[in-house]
Amino acid sequence: MSLVIFRRSILALAIGATLSSPAVAQERELLNSSYDIARELFADINPKFEAWWEEEHDEEIEVSQSHGGSSAQARAIMQGLRADVVTYNQVTDVQALADADLVAEDWQDALPNNASPYYSTTAFLVRKDNPKGIENWDDLVEEDIEMVFPNPKTSGNGRYTYLAAWGFADEQFDGDEEQIQDFMRTFLGNVEVFDNGGRGATTSFIEREIGDVLISFESEVNNIRKEYGSDDYEVIVPPTSILAEFPVAVVGPNAERNENSDLAQSYLEYLYREDTQRLLAGFNYRVHHEDVVEEFADQFPETELLKVEDVFGSWEEAMETHFEGGAMLDQLQRR
Amino acid sequence: MSHLALRRFGSARVLPGFGLSMGISVLFISLVLLLPITGLFGQLAGLSFAEYWSIITEGRVVASYMVTIGAAAVAALINAAFGLLLAWVLVRYTFPGKRLLDALMDLPFALPTAVAGITLATLYSSNGWMGSWLEALGLPVAQTWVGIALAMAFTSIPFVVRTVQPVLEDMPVEVDEAAMSLGATDGVAFRRVIMPHLWPALVTGTGLAFVRSLGEFGAIIFIAGNMPYETEITALMIFIKLQEYDYVGASAIASVVLFVSLALLLAINVWQGRFVRRLHGGKA
Amino acid sequence: MQRIGDAPLVRRLLIVIAVGLSGLFLLLPLVAIFAQAFSQGVGVFWSNVSDFYTLHAIGLTLGIALLTIPVCLVFGVALAWLVTRFSFPGRRLLQTLIDIPFAVSPVVAGLIYLLLYGRNGWIGGWLDSYDMQLMFSWPGILMVTIFVTCPFVARELIPLMQAQGSREEEAAVTLGASGWTTFRRVTLPNIRWALLYGIILTNARAVGEFGAVSVVSGAIRGQTNTLPLHLEQLYQDYNAVGAFACAALLALIALLTLAAKAGLEWRASRREAFA
Repeated sequence: MSLVIFRRSILALAIGATLSSPAVAQERELLNSSYDIARELFADINPKFEAWWEEEHDEEIEVSQSHGGSSAQARAIMQGLRADVVTYNQVTDVQALADADLVAEDWQDALPNNASPYYSTTAFLVRKDNPKGIENWDDLVEEDIEMVFPNPKTSGNGRYTYLAAWGFADEQFDGDEEQIQDFMRTFLGNVEVFDNGGRGATTSFIEREIGDVLISFESEVNNIRKEYGSDDYEVIVPPTSILAEFPVAVVGPNAERNENSDLAQSYLEYLYREDTQRLLAGFNYRVHHEDVVEEFADQFPETELLKVEDVFGSWEEAMETHFEGGAMLDQLQRR
Repeated sequence: MSHLALRRFGSARVLPGFGLSMGISVLFISLVLLLPITGLFGQLAGLSFAEYWSIITEGRVVASYMVTIGAAAVAALINAAFGLLLAWVLVRYTFPGKRLLDALMDLPFALPTAVAGITLATLYSSNGWMGSWLEALGLPVAQTWVGIALAMAFTSIPFVVRTVQPVLEDMPVEVDEAAMSLGATDGVAFRRVIMPHLWPALVTGTGLAFVRSLGEFGAIIFIAGNMPYETEITALMIFIKLQEYDYVGASAIASVVLFVSLALLLAINVWQGRFVRRLHGGKA
Repeated sequence: MQRIGDAPLVRRLLIVIAVGLSGLFLLLPLVAIFAQAFSQGVGVFWSNVSDFYTLHAIGLTLGIALLTIPVCLVFGVALAWLVTRFSFPGRRLLQTLIDIPFAVSPVVAGLIYLLLYGRNGWIGGWLDSYDMQLMFSWPGILMVTIFVTCPFVARELIPLMQAQGSREEEAAVTLGASGWTTFRRVTLPNIRWALLYGIILTNARAVGEFGAVSVVSGAIRGQTNTLPLHLEQLYQDYNAVGAFACAALLALIALLTLAAKAGLEWRASRREAFA
């Protein structure tokens, strides 16, 4: 008997907690659908934005977060997740939303710098004192090198690495397709593990001590080095790498439906403000605001950043010729 | 045969609740299981058979079938032996820590598969607690096919233990007594007397473990290494298709796994039915 | 009377092997999880667990499990009764159909629900026109959890009820007992431990499910984030201690349900001893 009552009260409690929580009722709520490694970043930005908005508009609002792999996140929005804004790490995922008429077609012109308030590039993390002397992409095709980077098939991060290596080889061999492919075949052959995403690759490299070099976003490798000991690892930014944009957009139909259009637009613009840009630089992302760029100049070595559009024509073409089923990546890995 | 049919017919008459249980079961199965599955086939409706065939027989996908089926078979066999042993020990013996051991059996279900995956990968990597000495013995686990089988075995442990356990518990003492009074040795008595009762449960448990392993993703991905053609599993192929917004491709590969799994489960059920009938028929 | 395998040597050997293998295969991972969770001390563990978002995730996860169990229980008992006590055409097929959730990869399970009940699905689209949404809220999570866990109770009961046969129930009914009384007095006592196992497995799986839930949840923090999803986010964000603290909680929930089961078993055996 007592057990039954006990059970009922737990049930009531749990269901109550579940149901009541979103009902902070009258307050407007903005939902930001973001990529999987941005939790701490937005946990930092959101309260500042909430305070700023209240000061400006005398209205209390709340920003909620949803995190996941950005393809899965975009998929959820297509199937009805009512996110007002997206802040992703892959242009293709915002484009997929645009193709589904959920984001304006000209979204890249809606905000400065291709609607990318911050950006990064692909860099290397090597073990202490860089024992294999890895400085550039061609060092990675040596015979005794073992690499770890996320699977380009499942991760945008991995795709950037592939594209950066291809871009380097393209310059090196002056566009000679056969030589580029040989380079890439060796490059991919040196990979020890293909983890699903950046986090898995990091674990393989750091905790399982696999490989001589981890390739990931510059912001990531810096954070990892900070997290796991600056003395044990070194960050190498190669002289040529790829521009990795972190695109943002308003999900128009959702924002309208939630009556959040003004809030959504403001939120994204807020990411371009000087203090937010400084905060972003603190998370090791490269930013555009000139004063902040100057301030953090030491942190971000100068490097030639190739644009996907310049090397591969467009994102669409890059996806088609390289990553789709049976395309270049599959051919290079075939045996 | 005829008296058996009579008895069955009779039981349908005597016991109540046919309508109610049928109603609940059919309603539930239709709404919860079958209706959503139509969504999967809805995705495939637009494909011609040739297109479907080319998706599911692509070289890399076929290689993933091999890896998955091989590793799942090994995992299921490990589980059959391990599960039988555990069920036996838990039912027949008392010893300190038995309750804890019993509790441990369900752990693989309660842990989100990703946690299991990360933990196993840590333990069995070449610098992990287990991996370091297994490697010294010449058996590298992480990033190999063995690691995949290991992760599959871990996630499906409860199936065999928990299907065999109740049947073993329910076995009357007389069965043992009869065997022992005939002076049979343990091994012979177990094989001749106990096993015939356990077969249906054991095969069901092993079959379920195998089928579960075919679809497992989260636990395997961290330990597998995921090298094309060598250590890529079928669930990863589905995942990749989803990442590419290719619902149709994902559904096509998923349907292959579904068909194979269901065919296998149906075979087990039919076999089990025959087996039980024979067993009861023999006794009656 | 000595039973099979009761010789001291055989007994000890089997126990040692079973305990040893379980230790290596099951206990070691568990230890590793707790070691990670407490690697920075109890204080850090506690601050991770008592975080608002973690607490909310715990509440949601338990709530979903508590709603899932009765549904699976009613279905499981009804189905097991149907296929083991009656003979009718299509019986084998029915028995196979309940295994669909085992045959479907969890991510695919989430996906098929999304395709049906999501905004572009035909049911979801219809609901959307009334401004109702099942996916990306707790009903959606509940639905896929039921899908993933529904076979467990039935799966536990069927082999046992098959092995037991229906003679006892037939006798009771022949003697004039009503259907409900027969079930309660004759069937239930025979199947009670299997039923309990079924519930425990259902609970364990419901609490730990990640793949299917991740697809339909939307993972909104403080709203639709279950404990496994929360754990994944912490891990992705390099908060390994926080992630393993959640994992330790999940393991603990599993162990607690089993402790409850052990307690009930013990009470029942004591009552039988007195009777």
